Amino acid sequence: MATREEVTKLAALARVRVKETELDTFTSEFDSILAYIGQLEKLDLPQGRRGEKPALRNVMREDGEPHAAGAYTKKLVAQFRAREGDALSVKQIISHE
Amino acid sequence: MSKLNELTIEEAAKQLRARELTVRELWDACEAAARAKNPELNAYLEIFDADEVAITAAQERIDAGDASLLCGIPLAIKDNILIEGKLASAASVMLKNYTATYDATVITKLKEAGALFVGRTNMDEFAMGSSTEHSAFGPTKNPHDTSRVPGGSSGGSAAAVAGNLAIAALGSDTGGSIRQPAALTGLVGLKPTYGAVSRSGLIALGSSLDQIGPLAKSVADAHLLYTAIKGSDARDATSIPDSLYPAKEVRKVMRIGVPRHLLTEGVDKDVNAAFTALLEKLSDAGHTIVDVELPTSAHALAAYYVIMPAEVSTNLARLDGIRYGHAMQGATLLDDYIDSRTEGFGKETRRRVLLGTFVLSSGYIDAYYKKADAARSVLRAEYDTAFESVDVIAFPTTPSPAFTFGEKSDPLSMYLGDIFTITANLTGMPAISIPMGTVEREGKQLPVGIHFTAPHQAEEILFAIGASVEKVR
Repeated sequence: MATREEVTKLAALARVRVKETELDTFTSEFDSILAYIGQLEKLDLPQGRRGEKPALRNVMREDGEPHAAGAYTKKLVAQFRAREGDALSVKQIISHE
Repeated sequence: MSKLNELTIEEAAKQLRARELTVRELWDACEAAARAKNPELNAYLEIFDADEVAITAAQERIDAGDASLLCGIPLAIKDNILIEGKLASAASVMLKNYTATYDATVITKLKEAGALFVGRTNMDEFAMGSSTEHSAFGPTKNPHDTSRVPGGSSGGSAAAVAGNLAIAALGSDTGGSIRQPAALTGLVGLKPTYGAVSRSGLIALGSSLDQIGPLAKSVADAHLLYTAIKGSDARDATSIPDSLYPAKEVRKVMRIGVPRHLLTEGVDKDVNAAFTALLEKLSDAGHTIVDVELPTSAHALAAYYVIMPAEVSTNLARLDGIRYGHAMQGATLLDDYIDSRTEGFGKETRRRVLLGTFVLSSGYIDAYYKKADAARSVLRAEYDTAFESVDVIAFPTTPSPAFTFGEKSDPLSMYLGDIFTITANLTGMPAISIPMGTVEREGKQLPVGIHFTAPHQAEEILFAIGASVEKVR
């Protein structure tokens, strides 16, 4: 059973907020989804398959410059919410006090 | 003669070359239909103004005898595929102000082929949903019955093509998001082999599941579009070279595998009847129908709803309102993140981010994520085994026709509708939905689809069986 506290904790970990008014529905919906995917716990997979890794292959490429320096700078900088020149402005996170 | 916007790609290309039609006339017909019908259908989030340069260039290429059949063809593009200089919002408040800084590889290829873009189409936010009701910009309506959903998440692309607001469209498919709306709107929809089409420039949902593919009025059109967009790409390391998997023979007489054990419950009676009737016609046409067993399929949906949210929570972690996207200002940097994401993401998106965070958290990762991943391997092995004795595997694309708005308000009931389509995303195999007739609901004839899965990189087998369906249907 999922609790309101657990959902609130998960939200904090995921950097989102579940509003107080949504918390009960979120918790009960979460419960029914978890009950459904919980069938996996009982699923008995054939021997030797439990730890099977998916088919993987390495993809290599030559080192090199993918594009000329600055080719996209103007377009990317245009999306910033705040900037100084071509630098992105963010809140100070280390205090000097 | 049908109206210009009702033409297929093949028909339009033929008329353009026969000088019975100009690129301008074809564009005008599609743009006019889009502007007239979009207020009701909400298929497009934005209809683009005519690109005079592209229209003139396409006409010149056709006049010079260019072979590209997509030249001058107006297409609709799902709003999670980047077109440089255009907004690409993925139908989310989070990206409603985001302008694409480059072209997706599929867009580069379509531009090279001379195709035109009518607009960007509505979808469930970040492609999470099966009805287009989770768009931040209002739901899209099904052209066959506007009280019903067009399916999703590529519901805008499906409604645009089915309503003749474009000649064909691109969508993306993570768990059925091309094939399910294609089935519910009477179109052909293809999810290519994982890696067959580059994902560069596709806003990521589940990176091990996502593929871009066509929604079209005919199998031949879907084939044309697929051929234009496929190919390995240095910008997507998961894209694959042409012959990575062993080549499969395209037989004239196909062995069609049917997992009857999956169809005993949960499928509407008349949908099952339409499926059985079509199989009989295919059998009459010489194809062989064979029973196949795919026991782990029963757990595929549970595995999918672990793997997909896990990838969602990871992929969407990059959206924090700092470098681009919806930006809120709080007291601290942490508040900036939380406020931007809480306001930027809709309810379903937040639900799946939470679910993904849960299944990946310490203490649960073994019980859920690793188990789901193992089930995925077993499922793929079961399909590989089945394909030793059959060419394709068939079932109905959806258990039911299009449902009404709000009918599946409980998230789990919405998820259960994906039960047939998700296996192809988990196994990475190509799959196609083709119209198989209609069923009646409240006096309206609603389309339903037949679904075929083929071995990896055997798309040609899907086009061949699709052509057979179109012939016998």
